[in-house]
Amino acid sequence: MAKIIIPTPLRKFTQNQASFEGNGSTVGATIENLTETYPDIKQHLLDENGKLRNFVRVYIGDEDIKALQNEATEVKDDSVISIVPAIAGGSL
Amino acid sequence: MENITFSKKELERYSRHLIIPEFNIEGQRKLKAAKVLVVGSGGLGSPLLLYLTAAGVGTIGIVDFDVVDDSNLQRQVLFSVDDVGTPKVEAAKKRLEGLNPHINFVVHNEPLTSHNALDIVKDYDLVADGTDNFPTRYLVNDACVLLGKPNVYASIFRFEGQLSVFNYTNKEGVLGPNYRDLYPTPPPPGLVPSCSEGGVIGVLPGIMGSLQANEVIKVITGVGEPLSGRLFLYDAAAFETRTLKIYRDENNPLNGKNPTITELIDYDHFCGIVPKGEKQRDVKSVSVQELKDLIEKQEDIQVIDVREGYEYEIANINAELIPLGEIEAQLDKIASDKKVVLHCRSGKRSADAIELLEKKYGFKNLYNLDGGILAWADEIDTSLAKY
Repeated sequence: MAKIIIPTPLRKFTQNQASFEGNGSTVGATIENLTETYPDIKQHLLDENGKLRNFVRVYIGDEDIKALQNEATEVKDDSVISIVPAIAGGSL
Repeated sequence: MENITFSKKELERYSRHLIIPEFNIEGQRKLKAAKVLVVGSGGLGSPLLLYLTAAGVGTIGIVDFDVVDDSNLQRQVLFSVDDVGTPKVEAAKKRLEGLNPHINFVVHNEPLTSHNALDIVKDYDLVADGTDNFPTRYLVNDACVLLGKPNVYASIFRFEGQLSVFNYTNKEGVLGPNYRDLYPTPPPPGLVPSCSEGGVIGVLPGIMGSLQANEVIKVITGVGEPLSGRLFLYDAAAFETRTLKIYRDENNPLNGKNPTITELIDYDHFCGIVPKGEKQRDVKSVSVQELKDLIEKQEDIQVIDVREGYEYEIANINAELIPLGEIEAQLDKIASDKKVVLHCRSGKRSADAIELLEKKYGFKNLYNLDGGILAWADEIDTSLAKY
């Protein structure tokens, strides 16, 4: 089970859980497991075509999945997946 | 650089820098020769400006159009109670001149816009971005990329901070990524809550702004390894830190393979923001005065507050509390046979609620309270706390 770290702005969709232990052999499958468990988070992560949104980045360890195999990047049991959304720190 | 000299007073002031072997008087000379623009003198700008001033950056520009407000003092440590109501740039300059009389301060008491940004930024060597909204983030980034200036970036939300050095050319002459490599487009308005909606722990901008000041000093002096091509994340609640890699993106519209942005654009439009003055929403509304009259005449109306419970605790007007996220689960509590006024803090979330209720459930009796409880606090009941 890989661990997904949920960023603060999205925790209201995960019942305030800061992390999620997800099933899946790839990053995409693990995120799918997350969105199945917490359906409200889905529209904040994925567009209509199921692609990761432009203002959200996903990392496995310290590596951007775009520099690996994107959603098809393999995950191991001890993998840590970070979801990193844009934050502006202010008034919008 | 040899022509940069120091008085006895300056040498004594900066002596703790001068005795660091790899920093020494060369580093101090570079600081004195440097011109740094700090955009935003709020939560991040406060520690940034204090430390850059104390450290001896020769010329410091400050951009801010705001005035000091009571709610700033929880984190904006540049300011005092006496400064409330004063333009931030003026209050900042006064405080900073008291801290270090050897610095040349240039104040820009205006918002940074597509019209003035290139003109302001061009006179500086480096920009430190301590702003608080997406349009200005992209504006600062684009201006820096177009003018070839490094952009030391930090951003905060609740207990979480981000830090990076963008558009930095290293000693080998290799240019690092910028904000658009990390986030090509901003989230649509409303998807990410703001600090004024979401809050921020007061110490966090102090920590992130101090780290930003350190990166500014590193970039100027060439001491250490700037946080270029890396994104530092700090979770102050869990005390977790992560440093992640950022790469340049060949699709970057500013400096990728096929650049399409060669001048500054309309950043409000880019970020999906409807200009003020244009009717934002197609919902019926009432003014706070109209609502007051309805209540005084004891008209049979329902008033619903769609904010969160913790906001209700700060200030309320005795409305029924149904937070926006629970509206659909509590439909049965919303009257359909009489006038229903919905309100929130400023009028945005209640308009969202009305749009949802009208489109999905066919309500026709809903009115948005213009300006929300903030307008009520301004015009009807000034004893209410504004937040």
